[in-house]
Amino acid sequence: MTAAQPIEAELTAWRDTVRRFLADEVAPHYEKWEKAGILPRELYLKLGAAGLLCVDAPDEYGGSGAPLEFAFAIHEESARLGYMSLCSNMMMHSDIVAPYILHLGSEAQRRKYLPRMASGECFGALAMTEPGAGSDLQAIRTTATPDGDGWRLNGSKIFITNGQHCGVVIVAAKTDPKAGARGTSLFLVDADLPGFKRGRNLDKIGMHAADTSELFFDNVPLAPDSLLGRTGGGFGHLIDELPRERLMLAVAAVAHAEGALERTVEYVTTRKAFGAPVASFQNTRFELAKIKTDIEIHRAYYEKCRALYAQGKLGVTEAAIIKLATSEMEGRVVDACLQLFGGYGYMSEYPISRYWTDARIQRIYGGSNEIMKEVIARSLVGR
Amino acid sequence: MTTSSSELELFRDTVRKFLADKVEPHYEKWEKAGIFPKELYLQLGEAGLLCVDQPEEYGGIGAPFEFSCVIVEEVARMGFLALASNLTVHSDIAAPYILHLGSEAQKRKYLPRMASGECIGAIGMTEPGAGSDLQGMKTSATPDGDDYLINGSKTFITNGQHAGVVVLATKTDPKAGAKGTTLFTVDTSLPGFKRGRNLDKIGLHAADTSELFFDNLRIGKDEVLGRLGGGFGHLIDELPRERLVLAVSAVAHAQGALEKTIEYVTTRKAFGQPIAAFQNTRFELAKIKTDIEVHRAYMEKCTALYAEGKMDVPTAAMIKLATTEMEGRVTDACLQLFGGYGYMTEYPISRYFIDARIQRIYGGTSEIMKEVIARALVGR
Repeated sequence: MTAAQPIEAELTAWRDTVRRFLADEVAPHYEKWEKAGILPRELYLKLGAAGLLCVDAPDEYGGSGAPLEFAFAIHEESARLGYMSLCSNMMMHSDIVAPYILHLGSEAQRRKYLPRMASGECFGALAMTEPGAGSDLQAIRTTATPDGDGWRLNGSKIFITNGQHCGVVIVAAKTDPKAGARGTSLFLVDADLPGFKRGRNLDKIGMHAADTSELFFDNVPLAPDSLLGRTGGGFGHLIDELPRERLMLAVAAVAHAEGALERTVEYVTTRKAFGAPVASFQNTRFELAKIKTDIEIHRAYYEKCRALYAQGKLGVTEAAIIKLATSEMEGRVVDACLQLFGGYGYMSEYPISRYWTDARIQRIYGGSNEIMKEVIARSLVGR
Repeated sequence: MTTSSSELELFRDTVRKFLADKVEPHYEKWEKAGIFPKELYLQLGEAGLLCVDQPEEYGGIGAPFEFSCVIVEEVARMGFLALASNLTVHSDIAAPYILHLGSEAQKRKYLPRMASGECIGAIGMTEPGAGSDLQGMKTSATPDGDDYLINGSKTFITNGQHAGVVVLATKTDPKAGAKGTTLFTVDTSLPGFKRGRNLDKIGLHAADTSELFFDNLRIGKDEVLGRLGGGFGHLIDELPRERLVLAVSAVAHAQGALEKTIEYVTTRKAFGQPIAAFQNTRFELAKIKTDIEVHRAYMEKCTALYAEGKMDVPTAAMIKLATTEMEGRVTDACLQLFGGYGYMTEYPISRYFIDARIQRIYGGTSEIMKEVIARALVGR
């Protein structure tokens, strides 16, 4: 973070690259993908070829060793343009799964997965949530039972982003069902293993192009080298990685809100009602002002947290605060923006409608906002 | 208001039974299809659930207004808001326009077939360039011999795909502003009428919403509805009922969302106990219940006022504004208590949330409601 000037210029150039990619390769097809309920596999290869996947992973593992801001810029641009499904899938791949492998994986695991993740050949997913265990990770029932040198994986997961396309899934499983949180371990599970089955691509009220699936494991054989991190250390690993995940969601939330505001400004300055632009009505002006203010104060907190994270200082509590605050702000902003479009705001062909439906999940996934509140409260008054 | 409450409850049971038998098993399919089948309207007609408060001579059953409200309530409570919306437009907006303003011939031509479900009604007010601003409408009806020629287009028309009759707002005198607006009953079998796309929305999927086009549509003077040039006044006269019925659906929809949420939080467990055991859940439910009950009281008061012919325009605006905003808050808070499942289409609560969003927009946006209320306080 010392050579601020050159990085700023490089970052601007990088942002242009991202925008151009989105304009050329995403914008013309996005509605079609939303209808299809999934992004095409080729898109991931194109993203990889353009160098837009796992950008902050080291060169030796196929990344470009870029500072974290470059990864953030990708998500900011895709969220700003309203491509939240894409943003969510890329984030899961590049900024959650890849860092897990980078931070916790053995050299062999890194070499096996990261280069193919950076090229887009192998897509990553993270499987924590289960039908009976959403926010309550300790209630996980998926088990990895020792079998020879390895394990046998049994159970099921739900709401898995990238579930349809993933080549590798990080699965949280109980290796010692009696040990509670300490009995949880993480595994790198290849999707071509026998007994691995993808369930339905779940039908959601928004984020249509982001495939979200159930996954089933029926006696899947896991080799000894599939353990990620420490045996029984899964819960701790999950907690270590949460700040980055929550910070990422905050990036998306702020940029998504900004994008909604940009579209709304464009609409209200051109659309007329009662003989005047909608922007000339005091209600519109004051709503826009409130929205802008709401965004800016959250952007400041997000930038502060980003700097903390870069210094390795973003704590669990701050990560919960930023996720809670920005996703709630995003919800308020997209709701107010949609309203300014009148009836058009409810029509799918107006992108603002998608900002609204997509934003709703942000208060739920990545730890629901109730969980964020609990985390924050614990820091204040204990358990 | 002489109806005994037992009759009303009996009728409510009939409605519930109809919904359980004829609607619930198919509703998801219709949501996917983006439209209801025409046969549903015939079934509704046969069951006596259309235009119930119309006089018997026009095919209704002459029931008090509350019976019509009960239908909307039950449909909305079950989360079938697309159906509630289509039924409201048909039975509680289009039919009353014809009953209140139509000639004897118009009433006889349309109302019995509307009550039977053979002819579905729509209201054609909104235009691409004129949403809330009705005076900005451009669709024209130009005198031509003994007839009129209608040209123009409308958008966001509920029941547009199935409509047999459209109560259409037109300009018969483009220079006269509001006073140049005239309503027509437009039979959709007339040449020059064209239905546009069924618009793709973020919710209310089964409620077909369409553009309509009028290309030199020739129509007789006997299809003028109400007074020539009196369209704007007629619209304003009918708005209170429309807004009240939206309020009825808003309160019932919120109530239904609460019921589904209670069912979920009392059975779903997290951290070893039912979600209902957590204080946050309990307090959220309490807030939701309170929010619903105070709005229900105002809705009941307004329903009584309307039945006495005493509900004025600002009151109708207040009830529409207040109840739809409440509905938005409630459905949002309910969805949140479902966690990830709340975002999944297969959980009906997700539909309560996306469907509720339009209620703050159609039937006059919340902003227009505020303007109407403000005018009553401080003038223009």
